[in-house]
Amino acid sequence: MKFGIVTFPGSNCDYDAFRAVVDSMGEDAVYLWHKEHDLQGADVLILPGGFSYGDYLRAGAIARFSPIMREVIDHARRGGPVLGICNGFQIACEAGLLPGALLRNDTLQFVSASVHIQVENNNSMFTSAYAPGQRIALPVAHGDGRYTADAHTLAELESADQVVFRYVDRVGGRSADANPNGSANDIAGIVNAAGNVLGMMPHPERALDCLLGSDDGLPLFESILATVVA
Amino acid sequence: MTAYRVSIHITPRKGLLDPQGKAVEGALHSLGFGGVREVHVGRHIVIETDAVDAASASNSVRTMCERLLANPVTEDFEIESATAS
Repeated sequence: MKFGIVTFPGSNCDYDAFRAVVDSMGEDAVYLWHKEHDLQGADVLILPGGFSYGDYLRAGAIARFSPIMREVIDHARRGGPVLGICNGFQIACEAGLLPGALLRNDTLQFVSASVHIQVENNNSMFTSAYAPGQRIALPVAHGDGRYTADAHTLAELESADQVVFRYVDRVGGRSADANPNGSANDIAGIVNAAGNVLGMMPHPERALDCLLGSDDGLPLFESILATVVA
Repeated sequence: MTAYRVSIHITPRKGLLDPQGKAVEGALHSLGFGGVREVHVGRHIVIETDAVDAASASNSVRTMCERLLANPVTEDFEIESATAS
């Protein structure tokens, strides 16, 4: 399987995503420069973390108009898998691939920490290798991670099981302390209605080896592989 | 075509948590401005654009706001009347 890692000026997790796919999963990966229009036959697209265009205007607002985004959006509309991590989540929201928006953390502080999240829906193509309700530890590193949407959209996301990851504490409890950025409903990751686009603030590509603190990100990549190969 | 200058004010949507506004509000209170009830921090964008008349300059800036300059989910915008620059 071939992963395409879209690289914008200011992306900084593109290399981590590449190593995750190639070293940890043993699959193919190509970098897709944002000015290109060719997805080079990639089956799965990753919008990596970083600070595309310096977060000017709003995080993801300008990257969303990069030339390659037209192909990314077409790929998503055809049902192709798209994984937006951190800045990639922000870009996916700005591009309309996912509902809502990511705002400045409620603390106004950049947060760099390992957080606990709970797998709220393991029926998605990105989470099928996790157990239902499984709690995992993943790193977050962002200044604009406060997921926001209007009440109607939040209700829809909840009722359609589109909230796939939620911030919780170590034992699965929900509280303001367990939520690193003030996200509505403690949302850490959502999928679109069709289920082929995932946006999440935590970094699964940085949690693939216990030597680096956690390998809880591995099942996410295994889930994608299992779905796309099948 | 004439050059027009258009100012845009973008503010966080009312009702949404605005932590930056809250932080500034707290600082103003501690400076002694006890009368301050609410603060919102947004962006001020100035655009110079060629257009046939002021109305068309404003219309075009409105479209810019809807498509790029403001986020329809979280922000409101106001456009000041276009002035020939």
